[in-house]
Amino acid sequence: MAVSSARARRQHPPTMPAIEVRQASKRYGPVRALDGVSLTIEAGEFFGLLGPNGAGKTTLINLLAGLARADGGSLRIMGHDVVEDYRRARRALGVVPQELVFDPFFTVRETLRIQSGYFGMRNNHAWVDEIIERLDLTEKADANMRSLSGGMKRRVLVAQALVHRPPVIILDEPTAGVDVELRQGLWRFIRELNGAGHTIVLTTHYLEEAEALCGRIAMLKHGRIVALDETANLLKGFSGVRIRIRLEPDELPAQLAGYNAGHEGALRLLQVQDYGQVEEVLAAIRQAGLLVLELEILQADLEDVFVQVIRGK
Amino acid sequence: MGGFYTLLYKELLRFWKVSFQTVAAPILTALLYLLIFSHALESRVQVYPGISYQAFLVPGLAMMSLLQNAFANSSSSLIQSKITGNLVFVLLTPLSPLEIFLAYILAAIARGLMVGLGVLAVTMLLVDVPVQNPLWVFAFAVLGGGILGAMGIIAGIWADKFDQLAAFQNFVIIPLTFLAGVFYSVHSLPEFWLQASHLNPFFYLVDGFRYGFFGMGDVPPWVSLAVVAGCLLGLGALSLKLLSVGYKLRH
Repeated sequence: MAVSSARARRQHPPTMPAIEVRQASKRYGPVRALDGVSLTIEAGEFFGLLGPNGAGKTTLINLLAGLARADGGSLRIMGHDVVEDYRRARRALGVVPQELVFDPFFTVRETLRIQSGYFGMRNNHAWVDEIIERLDLTEKADANMRSLSGGMKRRVLVAQALVHRPPVIILDEPTAGVDVELRQGLWRFIRELNGAGHTIVLTTHYLEEAEALCGRIAMLKHGRIVALDETANLLKGFSGVRIRIRLEPDELPAQLAGYNAGHEGALRLLQVQDYGQVEEVLAAIRQAGLLVLELEILQADLEDVFVQVIRGK
Repeated sequence: MGGFYTLLYKELLRFWKVSFQTVAAPILTALLYLLIFSHALESRVQVYPGISYQAFLVPGLAMMSLLQNAFANSSSSLIQSKITGNLVFVLLTPLSPLEIFLAYILAAIARGLMVGLGVLAVTMLLVDVPVQNPLWVFAFAVLGGGILGAMGIIAGIWADKFDQLAAFQNFVIIPLTFLAGVFYSVHSLPEFWLQASHLNPFFYLVDGFRYGFFGMGDVPPWVSLAVVAGCLLGLGALSLKLLSVGYKLRH
C-alpha cells in the first residue's frame, strides 16, 4: 500500500488539490441536478459528501468520473481536467459505484485482471492477488460473480476501484446493505489507504460513519453546497446540546419558549447552546414549580447537524 | 494501447465462453437451411451454369450467418452491459472512443468469421464447392463482419431495452440478409425487385463473397467492394461518433 501511494505522490505533486470543482452545473431536463458547485479537496483528505436523495451527490461523482458531462464549469482530478485530459484524470481516480453491478461472464479474479488491463496494467497479478486477500475474497477468487452474495459483490466493486492504484478514491454509498462485520473491515481498509496517502471521498447514508471517518464534510441540497466545513466545526457550530424532558404538569415556562424544539412522544425537546444553559433551563423549571419526571441531555451528532442544515438551518 | 487489447480479449472471451450458443448453434441452423432448401429446390433451380443449387447456396448461407452473428456480438454485448450496468467498468477507464470501437468491431468480426468458416467447413463436407479466389472470400468476410459489427454498436447504443434491439434485428437485419440474394440470384427477380436489391448493401456482400467461390456474380466484384467499403466507412464513422459524444452512454 505504501509503495503505491509513494508512486502516486511522485506522479502528482503533493501541493496539487486531489479534486477541484469549479462552478459545476448539470441539468437533467427541467431538473437542476447540480447548480454551480465549487469544491476543493486536498490530497490526503478523508472527505464526506452528504445530502438527501436527489441532492446531487451521485451527479457530482458522475461528472468527476466522466460518466456524465457537465453543462458548465470545470472539474479536475489531480490537476487533470476530466474532459480535456480524461485519460490522466481517470487513471488518477478509482470509483466504487453505488449500484451493485457485475459482469456475470467472469470470475472474481478474471474481473479484477480485466479491470486492471483496461488501465494498461496487464502484469498486475501480484497487486490483484493482494487486493483479493485484503478484501477477504481469497475463497471466492475463482467463483463466478453470479454466485457471490451482495456483500461479496460489494467487496469486488471496491477491489475493482483499486486495481490501478489510483491516488483518489470515491466511494458512493459503499456500505449500503452491507453487514456490520464487513462494514468494519471495509472501513479499516479504507482508513489504511487514507493513511498511506490516498484521498478518500465518501458518500453515505450512515451519518455516524461520516462523523467517525471524515475530516471534512460537504452537505448538498438541491444541487448546491449548503454546508462545507471540518466535521468538528460543523458539530460545534450547528448544534449544541439537546434536552429531552418530561414535566408535570406538561407546560413550558414562558421564558423557555425560545428553546422549544418540539415534542418526541410524551417528551419535550429543548435546544440549547451549551451545558451552561442547561443549568438556566433547569433553574427556570424549578422556579416555575414544575416537576421533572424524566430528563436526558444529549450532545448533538452529525445527524442533528444534517437535519438542521437540510431543513434550512 | 494496453487497455484496448484487454477489452478486445474480454469481448472475445465473452462469446467464446458460451460458444455452444454463439458459434455452434448458428452453424447448425445454416446446415438445416442447406438441407431443407436444397432438398426442396435442387432439381428445379439452377442459378449459374454448371453449379448446383446446393453449391450456390453454401456461400450465401455462410455470409448470412456471418453477418447475423457479427451483429449479434457487438449489439448484445453493449445492451447487456448497459442494462446490467456493468458498462460502467469500461466507461470509468482511460480507454478512448476509438479503442472501444475497435475492440467491439474486431470481436464482432472474429465471431462472424468463426461462424462463417464453421458453416463453410461443415457444408463443404457435404457439398462440393470450388474456391476460385480466396482473397475475395476473405475480404468480403472481414468487411461484412465489420459492417455488421458497426451496426451492432449503433443498435446496442441506441436500444434501451432488449425488445428494441430485437426489433432492430427482426425488422432491419433479418430482412436485409434474407433479401440479399442468399437463396437466389437477383437476376431471377422481376425488374423492380432487381433494382430494389441493388439498394441493399448486404446484396453486395453476398455477391462479392460468392464471386470469390465461383468467379462469377451478379455485379463485378470491384463494384461490390467499393459499395461495401463505403458502407463500412460510413457506419464506422457513425458508431465512432456516437461513442465519442457518449450518446446514451455518458449523460
